[in-house]
Amino acid sequence: MKVLVCISKTADTTAKISFTADQKSFNESGVQFIINPYDEWYALVRAVELKEQYPDTELHLISVGGPDVEPILRKALAIGGDMAFRVDLQPISIEPVAISIAEHVRQQGYDLIFTGKETIDYNGSGVGGYLAGLLDWPFISLATSFTWDGQIATVEREIDGGREIAEAMLPLVVSCQKGIAEQRIPNMRGIMAARTKPLQVIAAPEKAKENFVSIDHFALPQKKSGVHLIEPGNEEELVRLLHEEARVI
Amino acid sequence: MAIVVFADHHQGEIKKAALEAIFYASEWATTQQQEVIAVVIGEVPHPSSLENLGQYGAHRVYYVNSSWLNDFDARLYSLVFREILEQLQAQICVLPHDFNGRALAPYLAAQWQAGLLTGVCSLPESDGSFQKQVFSGKALAWMHVHTARKVITLLPNTFSVKQQDRKATVENWQPSQVKADQRKIRVKELRTTQGRVPLSEASIIVSGGRGLKGPENWGMIEELAKVLGAATACSRPVADAGWRPHHEHVGQTGLTVRPNLYIAIGISGAIQHLAGVNGSKYIVVINKDPEAPFFQAADYGIVGDAFEVVPRLIEAVKKFKGLS
Repeated sequence: MKVLVCISKTADTTAKISFTADQKSFNESGVQFIINPYDEWYALVRAVELKEQYPDTELHLISVGGPDVEPILRKALAIGGDMAFRVDLQPISIEPVAISIAEHVRQQGYDLIFTGKETIDYNGSGVGGYLAGLLDWPFISLATSFTWDGQIATVEREIDGGREIAEAMLPLVVSCQKGIAEQRIPNMRGIMAARTKPLQVIAAPEKAKENFVSIDHFALPQKKSGVHLIEPGNEEELVRLLHEEARVI
Repeated sequence: MAIVVFADHHQGEIKKAALEAIFYASEWATTQQQEVIAVVIGEVPHPSSLENLGQYGAHRVYYVNSSWLNDFDARLYSLVFREILEQLQAQICVLPHDFNGRALAPYLAAQWQAGLLTGVCSLPESDGSFQKQVFSGKALAWMHVHTARKVITLLPNTFSVKQQDRKATVENWQPSQVKADQRKIRVKELRTTQGRVPLSEASIIVSGGRGLKGPENWGMIEELAKVLGAATACSRPVADAGWRPHHEHVGQTGLTVRPNLYIAIGISGAIQHLAGVNGSKYIVVINKDPEAPFFQAADYGIVGDAFEVVPRLIEAVKKFKGLS
C-alpha cells in the first residue's frame, strides 16, 4: 500500500496573533511554527501506525510551500515516513494546495491519503475534500478511527450529535481528527534518520497559480468591555442578568 | 439565477445550521434578486412538510427522494449537486459549515470548478468580501472569492433566523447522471445520542474543566445543562484524562463553538481553550481563582467554589423557569 500524508506549517497554538501595520499580512516575527496539530498528531501518526502494522507500506509526506516548510517536513519525517515532497508554491488558499497535491498523486499513484481535519491558522478544512473531488475518489471527513484489513477500510466519523461507521475500498481520502491516534514525540533515532531521508522539491502545476480566493485584510476581534462580577451566593442576580441584559435565557 | 442551499437533515428534520444557511442565502438573494432553492437529499417521512422551508426564505425545494442517497456520501451528494447547479446555471452554492457541509463543500467546489470559502460569518460586504474567523477565532479576515462560481459554507450560530409566513414549492427531482452503483462507501452503523443537544447546534453550552476534580462530579454540570436546555462540553485536559468523551472537547484542537451563552466552570481559560469559544455571544466564568485568565474573556463571572456556586445556580435557574 502506498500512503500519502498532507502536512501543513502553522503558527504555534500559543503564538500571539498580530498583523502588519497595513493589516494585510500575518506578522510572523517572533512566531514559532509547528506542524499543524491535526496533520501531525492524527493523520501522520495513524499512517505511521499502519506502516508498523503493514511493513511493506510506502509512506510519503507532502507539503505545499516555500523553503521554510522544509524544517517542518524534517520534523514530520522524524515521526515517520520514507520520504517527503515539497511543492514549491506559496499557498494562498485551499484550491492551489489541493491542485498541487492532486497533480503529484496522479504522477505517483497512491492508495490512501490522510489529511488533518483543518489547519489551525486559516481553518479552511477544505484540502482533503477538494483533493478527493479533483481525483474523483471517495472522501470520509472528520475520522475518529481508521482500520484497514488489507482490503476494506473501516472508518468512524463524527456527525452532529453522534457517530457513523462506514466501510470503503481504496483509493480513499480521509481527513483525521482527535481519536484516530495519539500524539507521538519523535525519538533521537527518528530525528537522526529524518536528516538523511529524501526530501524532493517539485514544481507547482500552472493551474495552481491561479487566484481563487485571497485575503483582503485582517482584524483582531473587539476586546470585551470587562467582566461583570457577581458575588457568590447571588446566583439569582446572574440569572436575572442573563435573562434581562444579555437575553440569552 | 438561483442560490442553491444544502438543506441537510436527519430523518427528515432539517438541521438548525441548514435553516440558518437557507436564511443566509435568502438575505443574500434579496440584494441580487435571486431565487433560493433548498436541496433535500434522501427520503424524509413527511415530504409535504418541506414547504415550511419557505418560512426561512426558500422559494423552492428540490426533494431528491432516492433511498440509496439516504446515507451521506460527499462524493455522491456532490455529483447530485453538480447536476442541479449546472441545470440551473447557478453560480452560488451555500452549505452549513457543519459535519456534512464541511465534507461536501470542498468536494463540490473541486468538481464544479468553483472557488471555495469555508466558515464565513457575514454576507458579502460592499466590496464583495466575506468575513471569516481565522487562527481558530483569535482573528478575523476579510476574503475575496475571485471565481464566478462560489461555494460558501456558513458558520453555525452566526445568523439568527427570522421566520416569515411563506411556503416553498416542493418539487421532486431525480438525478440522471448519478446512479446507486456509483456508491463506494457503505455506512454500516449510525449512532446518535438521543435526546441530547448536539454541541455544534447548541445555543447554550455548559462546560467543565479540571477544577471539577473528577468525572464523578459531572452530575451538577449535566443538571445545569438540563435545566438550561444546554449541551455539555469540556476542556482538553478533561478529555485527555478520559473524564469526558473526546467529542465534548472544545478548544483550538477540539471543536470550535459559537453559542449564545457559554458557561465555563472550573476552566482556567488557556489560550487554546479560548480560541474555541471566543465566538460565543456571552461568556460566564465560574472559578475560585480570581486570577484565572478566563475572566478577561468573560461577560459575567463568579469568583467562588464551583461545588457551592453551581448547585445554587441550578436552583436559581429552576426558580426562574418555574420548575421548583
